Amino acid sequence: MAFPRLNMLSYWSFFLGGVTMLVSFFVPGGSAQSGWTSYAPLAVIASTGQTVWLFGMVFLITSSLLGAINFIATTIQLRAKGLTFMRFPFFVWAQFVTAFLLLLAFPPLEAAAFMQLMDRLAGTSFFLPSGLVVSGQVLTNAGGGNPLLWQHLFWFLAHPEVYVLILPAMGIVAEIIANNTRKPLWGYRSMVYSLIFLGFMSFIVWAHHMFMTGMGTAMAAFFQTTTMIISIPSVVILTALIISLWGGSIRFNTPMLFACGFLPMFGIGGLTGLPLGLNVTDIPLHDTYYVIAHFHYVVAPGTIFALFAGIYYWYPKATGRKMSETLGKIHFAGSFVCMNVVFMPMFIMGLAGVSRRLYDGGAGYAFAQPVLHWNIVSSWGAWALGLFQLPFIFNFFWSIWKGEKAEDNAWQATTIEWAAAPSPPPHGNFHVAPEAYRGPYEYSVPGAARDFVPQCEA
Amino acid sequence: MEIPYTVEIRRDTGLTNGKIGIWLFLASEVMLFGALFASYILIRTGAPVWPRGDTILNVPLATFNTIVLISSSVTMVMAWASLKRNRFGTFRMYMGATILLGATFLVVKYFEYSHKFELGLFPSTSNFLALYFTLTGLHMLHVIGGMAVNAYFWGPGAKLWKTNPEWFTNRVEHSGLFWHFVDLVWIFLFPTLYLL
Repeated sequence: MAFPRLNMLSYWSFFLGGVTMLVSFFVPGGSAQSGWTSYAPLAVIASTGQTVWLFGMVFLITSSLLGAINFIATTIQLRAKGLTFMRFPFFVWAQFVTAFLLLLAFPPLEAAAFMQLMDRLAGTSFFLPSGLVVSGQVLTNAGGGNPLLWQHLFWFLAHPEVYVLILPAMGIVAEIIANNTRKPLWGYRSMVYSLIFLGFMSFIVWAHHMFMTGMGTAMAAFFQTTTMIISIPSVVILTALIISLWGGSIRFNTPMLFACGFLPMFGIGGLTGLPLGLNVTDIPLHDTYYVIAHFHYVVAPGTIFALFAGIYYWYPKATGRKMSETLGKIHFAGSFVCMNVVFMPMFIMGLAGVSRRLYDGGAGYAFAQPVLHWNIVSSWGAWALGLFQLPFIFNFFWSIWKGEKAEDNAWQATTIEWAAAPSPPPHGNFHVAPEAYRGPYEYSVPGAARDFVPQCEA
Repeated sequence: MEIPYTVEIRRDTGLTNGKIGIWLFLASEVMLFGALFASYILIRTGAPVWPRGDTILNVPLATFNTIVLISSSVTMVMAWASLKRNRFGTFRMYMGATILLGATFLVVKYFEYSHKFELGLFPSTSNFLALYFTLTGLHMLHVIGGMAVNAYFWGPGAKLWKTNPEWFTNRVEHSGLFWHFVDLVWIFLFPTLYLL
C-alpha cells in the first residue's frame, strides 16, 4: 500500500469501531434498537445503546475513508511499470471504483451521525419535528427539524453502499470466468466504462428508497428515471460476462461453479429490482418480503457466492495449497439449491402483501394466511443452508495443513499476482518488481506455446 | 521494499503519493461539509421563520476571525515558500505565526461561545443555534487538527528537514493544503451563518 501507517490506522479504527458496537450490548437499555437504517425520530429517542452505536459508526466510517484513500492512491501511484489503466484486471477496476464510492458517499453519513449525536446529547432538533408526541407526552425540544433529512443523508450513503457490495463481487467473477473459460473477457472496455458509469450514477438514485415518504412526484420521477438508467450498465456487465462463456472450453472447478452460480442469481436479484425502482409499483411492494427477496438475491447468492468463488480461487495463492474440490462441489450444490429455497418463497409472500415488520410475522393478519406457510419452507431452507456451510468451514481449515500442494500459478492464470509472485507470497509480495507487457486476459492466443500468456512475460 | 514516489514525482501522474492522498482526503471533506450545508438549506427552507444571523451572532468578531484565518493561510504559504528557498529559520517563524493565528481564532471563538451560553443560548434553543454550534464546532475540530499537525512540523517533525529536506517540504505543503481548506470552509460559514 502507498501509506502503510494509514493502512494500520484504518485497521485499528475498524477494530475500535467493532468493539464499540459490541460494547453497546452492555449499556443500560441494551444495544441500538432502531434497525440498520436508524431512522429518526425513533433513533433520537432510543436508549443509550444508540449513542454508542453512533460512536462506533464514526470509527467504522473513518476506517473505510482512510482505506479508500489508500486504495485509490496505491492504484494510481504504485502500478507496475507498463501497467496502464486499460491493462488492469477487471477486479482492480472494480476495487478502484468502489474506493471512490466509499470516499465520497460515507462523509455525508458521518455528518448525519454527528447531527444525530447532537440531537441525542445536546438536545438539538435536527431530526425532530415540532410537537412530537412520545408515550403520550409532547416533547419539549425546540422542534422544526426534519426526519426526512436523516433519510436523505442516510440513503445518500446507503445506496452507493449497495454498489460497494456488488462491484467487487462482479470483479471477482470476471477474473474467474476469464481464467476458466480460457478466453479473454468479452467486451472488457465496455465493462470498464459501465463500471465507471455505474459508480457515478449510484450517487443520484438514493431517493428511490423513499417513494413512500410522500416527497413529491417531481422528485419521484427524477429518481425513478435515474434508477432505470443505472440498470443499463449493470446489464451490460452481466451480459458481457455471460457472452464471455460462449465458445469457451470451460473448466468446472469450484470457483467457476460459484462464479457461474452468481450470474443467474444476480440476474434474478437485479431484474426483480426494477419494479421497486418504479414509483407506481414500489408503493404496494414497499417494505414487503418482496424487497427482502430482491435484496438478498443480489447480496446473498450474488455477492456471497462471488466471495466464496474468490476464496476458493485465491486460496492457493494465500496458503500454497488447494481446497478440496469434492467438498467444494458439495458446498456449492447445497448452497445453490438452499439459497433459492430460502429466498424464492419470499417473493410469493411479498407479492401477497406480507410486510417485513409485522410483530407476529403475519399470524394475526387474514390476508397473509394463504401464503404464510411459505415461511416454513423458507426456514427449512435456511437451516439446510447453514448445514451446507459445514463442509466449507471444515475444508477451509483442513486445507491449510492437509490440502493438495499448489504450484505458484495454480490456475494457469495470466494476471500478475499469479504469474509473478510465489504462493504464499513473501514479504513485499514479489522477489523482483514485475512489469506488465500486455493486457490482463491473454488466454488461448493463436501461435503461443501455452494457452495463456502472463501479463508480466516479456 | 522501499515505497516509491514518496518524494520523487511519478512521471505519468505528475504526483507524489502524499499529494494524491491529501487531495482525496479533501474531496471527502468537501462531501462532509457539503452534507452539512445541504442540511442547513433543507432545515432553513422548511422553517416558518428564520432569524437573520447578525441579530443573534457577533458580526465584528467573526469579521476579525475571518481576517485572522486568511492571514494564517498567507503565513502558511510563506512557511512553505521559505522551505523552498532553503531558509529553515524563516520557516519556523512563519509556521509559528500560523499556529498562533489559529490559536487566536480559537480564543475569539471561545469568547463568542461563552457569551452565547451566558445569554442562555444553547444548541437546543433553536435550530438556527443548533446549526451554528454544530457547523462551527466541527470547523473548530478541523482547526485544532490542523494546528496539531502544524505544531508537529514546527517541533519534533522538523527533524526530517536534516535528513530529507524535500520530503519535509512536501509534507508542509500537504499540511498547508489542509489548512487552506479549513480556511475556505470558514469563508463559506461566515456569510452563511452570520450575514444571511
